[in-house]
Formats: sequence, structure tokens, C-alpha cells
Amino acid sequence: MTTIFGVPIQALLGQLLLGLINGSFYAMLSLGLAVIFGLLRVINFAHGAQYMLGAFVAWLLLEHLGIGYWWALLVAPLVVGAASLVVERAALSKLYDLDPLYGLLFTFGLALTIEGAFRWQFGAAGQPYATPDELVGAKNLGFMVLPIYRGFVVVASVVICLAVWLLIERTKFGAYLRAATEDRTLVQVFGVNVPRLLTLTYALGAGLAGLAGVLAAPIYQVSPLMGSNLIIIVFAVVVVGGMGSIGGAILTGYALGVLEGLTKVFYPPASSIVIFVVMAAVLLVRPAGLFGREG
Amino acid sequence: MDARPTDLMPAAAVPARRSDFNRALYTGLAVLGLACIVAAPFAIYPVFLMKILCFALFAAAFNLLIGYVGLLSFGHAAFFGGGAYASAHALKVWGWPPELGILFGAAVGALLGLVMGFFAIRRQGIYFAMITLALAQMVFFVCLQAPFTGGEDGIQNVPRGFLLGGLIDLSVNLNLYYVVLAITAFGLFAVWRVVHSPFGAVLQAIRENEPRAISLGYRVDRYKLGAFVMSAGLAGLAGGTKALVFQLATLTDVAWQMSGEVILMTLLGGIGTLPGPVVGAALVAALEHYFATSSFPVTIITGLVFMACVLLFRRGIVGEVLHRLRRR
Repeated sequence: MTTIFGVPIQALLGQLLLGLINGSFYAMLSLGLAVIFGLLRVINFAHGAQYMLGAFVAWLLLEHLGIGYWWALLVAPLVVGAASLVVERAALSKLYDLDPLYGLLFTFGLALTIEGAFRWQFGAAGQPYATPDELVGAKNLGFMVLPIYRGFVVVASVVICLAVWLLIERTKFGAYLRAATEDRTLVQVFGVNVPRLLTLTYALGAGLAGLAGVLAAPIYQVSPLMGSNLIIIVFAVVVVGGMGSIGGAILTGYALGVLEGLTKVFYPPASSIVIFVVMAAVLLVRPAGLFGREG
Repeated sequence: MDARPTDLMPAAAVPARRSDFNRALYTGLAVLGLACIVAAPFAIYPVFLMKILCFALFAAAFNLLIGYVGLLSFGHAAFFGGGAYASAHALKVWGWPPELGILFGAAVGALLGLVMGFFAIRRQGIYFAMITLALAQMVFFVCLQAPFTGGEDGIQNVPRGFLLGGLIDLSVNLNLYYVVLAITAFGLFAVWRVVHSPFGAVLQAIRENEPRAISLGYRVDRYKLGAFVMSAGLAGLAGGTKALVFQLATLTDVAWQMSGEVILMTLLGGIGTLPGPVVGAALVAALEHYFATSSFPVTIITGLVFMACVLLFRRGIVGEVLHRLRRR
């Protein structure tokens, strides 16, 4: 059997793929966090809850209305985005003039409430969500067997990240958004409705988390707590990448996912903490993060 | 932008001009309160009271950072839980006497604080919160896997032992209550002493305007780290005491939910006020006690209280009362 550094190549590639899948979710979630933070200056602690919400909407659609995966992919982000839009208008927007820490505390409370409510309704145990028929099965690539759905998730996440990047870098909406990130007041003077821009941005970021939740549903079980443990890792990813750049958030997400997978091959006990160790190391060398701007 | 002064806590207490009547009133209230605290275990289940005391100390330690340095730590569970594990291990496995065991918990908390603080103070504001949260989660995973923590079971049946070489039997709840009361009182006094020292004055200057404190020649990072270590040490003391009271140290003590809980206690009671964390701890402990037997997840309530605090009364209960008193 072929080995690399004494590890069978199949095991290595398997973990690499697993890492890449985790990385896909890190990338999508840290991207949403970065977009929201860039404009709103709010760290959205409810991001994990919104991700969980997306998965649950997909599950509920299938269980109660018989609406399948592909429609859920469209509907769930809209539902999560709409719900978040209401939250932003009703509460979050009142906190913009205060210390940014209040936004963090508010969304933390929001996450606790949402997760508590879902645990109350659906129990703490996970619910399985079937892989859509079109993506069942696996492909033998010769050197490894690739479950089709997992491959699909990696590709889908790359497409989603690219789409968001294009939206921000290449469209008029994105131009407004970037301008408002630089100087909110000035953009408002030019006649752009900045409060609405903030609302839409929050809904966009939350919808992105919801979309990631739908993609995650067939891989991980749909459970009320699926988001809260993930979000802390994503925070570390965001600290490593620095929140200054959208591309940086995406790249860091994938890279740390792969690194985590590799650690699982070579020294399994450290795999759950490797991202935090990287974070500490980056703080020593570049406190602003790999792609962050100082200050 | 990181350097903007934070408005998370009310401005430093302006010494209110008090009339003699007010002074007499406050003294009377203080005496009454003290009498209540001493007599409380005869009316209320002592273990519940000790839980409140431990959390009051924990929240006061947390408040030292958020209230007087303006640093929001989202990872204080690491120190609380680390102290709890350390004390439980020293008491049970090494057979240390309780006073040494608890001190060991505080020392481990402070040491963890030194390491975590070293990394965390490199960033401010929101990043500080995220970094402390991530580092605390790392401590959680270490506790989950390390052999001496007992994994999911935790360290159970920790012996309470005898204080002062066999003089006081701590397995009697009433005895332990007064010991815990003394520990908490010491901790609260320590926080008060730090806040009202020259060191504390510099901390508050950092909170109000960090660049200015730097330009005045203060080594801001050292002050911040010093405050962080003190806060962590007191949190470890609280955790160690908690391990002695419940004879238990588990993963709950190091989990991020615990960090959230201590934030809620402080926020609800009043950030930057000395009695605030005590009031908040009592309320949150009572809330949890009330919901402990029901299937209704208490996090729904705590989350709602969190949001209400942030939206409606950021000064917290004690802060709001003080504000009203001062305005009159």
C-alpha cells in the first residue's frame, strides 16, 4: 500500500476530504461573519443559530410539507434572511451607536433563546436528513472513494463563496456596501439609504448561514446545538484570517479545515484544538490576522 | 477604531454628596444586610446559598475586567472550571487539606489567566472577546480529553475534609457556609481594594482612553495583564470553592455556557458596580434553581434576559438604582 510519512494514502485523502468539507462550512460562515462585521461592526454570535435554523427549515419542509432538498436550498436561506431582517430592524439597529460589544452580547442572547426554543420543541438529539436522490452514492476515483454529496458540498461552497465575492467586488450593491464600510456618513450624504443597506447586509449574512445549514443537513444531523460549537471555531478562523478581507476569510476557512483534517491523520487528540493553537500562534506573529489590516 | 473609549460601563463613580441622614441610612442597611447574610442558612438551604456565594465571587472577578478595565472576556469559564478541576484533583487524589486545595485552584486559575491573557491582550474590543472565547474552548477540549479530569463524568465525590488541621468539620453544611462566606467576602474585598488603589485608577484610565494612558507613559499591556491574572485567580478561587461545596468538578464548569452565564450575572446586576455581580448572581442562580426541575430549557429565559438587558437597561439593576439615587 502506498504511504506518505507512514500513513496510508487512502486514510490521508479521506481525512483531507473531511477537512475540506469542514473547511467549506468554516469558509461560508466566516464569510458571512466578515460581511456583517465589515459594515455593521457587529460580531454576529447568532450566526451559528442561523446556520442551525437553515438546517431545521429544510428538515421541517421535508417532514411536514414534503418539500425536498432543492427547494429547501432556495427557501431556507430566504426564511432565515427574512427572520434576521426583522431582528435587525426591531433590535439590532438600535445598538449601532453603542459599543460594538453590545451587539455581540445581544446576538449571544438571541442565539441562546433560539437554541433553547428548538431544544424544547425538538429535543437535543439529532434528526437525520436524507441525502437528495440525485446525489446519493459514491464515485471511485481510483485512489479513493468519494461520496457524491460530499463532493457536491465542496463544489457548492466554492461557488457560493465566489458568488458572494463577485457580489461584493463587482456589483453596484457591493460597491455601495464597500463604500459604506469605509465611511458610512459620506455614503449617506450621497443619497444612499444606509440603514436599509445595513438591514440587507445582515439579512444576506444570515441567509448565507442558513444556506450553509441546508448544505450541512445531510452530512451532520439536524440538531439544535449543531451551530453553537461550530461558531466558536469559526470565531477562531475569523481571528486567524482577520476580518479586513472577504477573500481572506474564505481562504482561511478552507485552509484551517484542511489543516484540521491533516491533524486528525497524524495526531488525532490534537485535532479539536489545532485551530485554536494556530490562532494563538498567529496572534503572536501578526496580531491583526493573516489578511487583516492593523488598527 | 479599536482605541475608541468604550462606553460599556457607566462613568467612574462620582462621589455623591451624602447628608448625615443618608449615611445613617446606608449604615443601617449594611448592618441589616449583614445580619441577613449571617442568619440566611437557618432559613434557606445552605448549599443553594453557597452556590450563590461562589457565583457572586466569580461574577465579581469577571466584573473587575469588564467594569474597570473595559475588557469583555468571553472565556472566564476556563478559569472557573480550571480552578474547580485543580482543587478537586488536589483534594481527592493528593489528599490536600481544603484550604490548600482551594488556594491551588486559585493559583491554577491565575496561571491559566497569565497564559490566556498573554495572547488575548494583543487585541482589543470584539477581538478580545472572540480570542478569550476560542482559548477557553481550547481549555474545554483539553479537559474533555485529559486523563485527570475524568472525561464526561468529571471528578466526583471530592472530600470536603477538615479545616485548620481537623478543627472545623466541613461536611457540616452550616460550617462550610461560613467558610464560603468568608472566602467570598475576602474576594469581594480584594476586588474593592484593587479598584480603589492607584493600580485600579490606572485601569480605569485605560478603560476611558487607552491611547491617552499610553501617552502618559503607562505600560498599558502590563496593567491589563495584571488585571486579567487577578480576575482569573479570583475566578479560580470561586471554581475551587464550588468544587468543595458540590464535591464535584465537571465539564459544565469549563463550557462556554458558563462564560455566558457569568456575563449575564454581571450585566443583569450592573457592570462596573461592586454589588452588581452579587445581585446578578443571586438572581441567575434563583432562576436556574426554579427551572432546574422543569423540562423547559432555562437558556430561553437567560437569552431573553440577555436581550432585554442589552436593549432596555444596560446599567443593570444596581447600576440603574445608583443612577436614580444620584440624579435626585
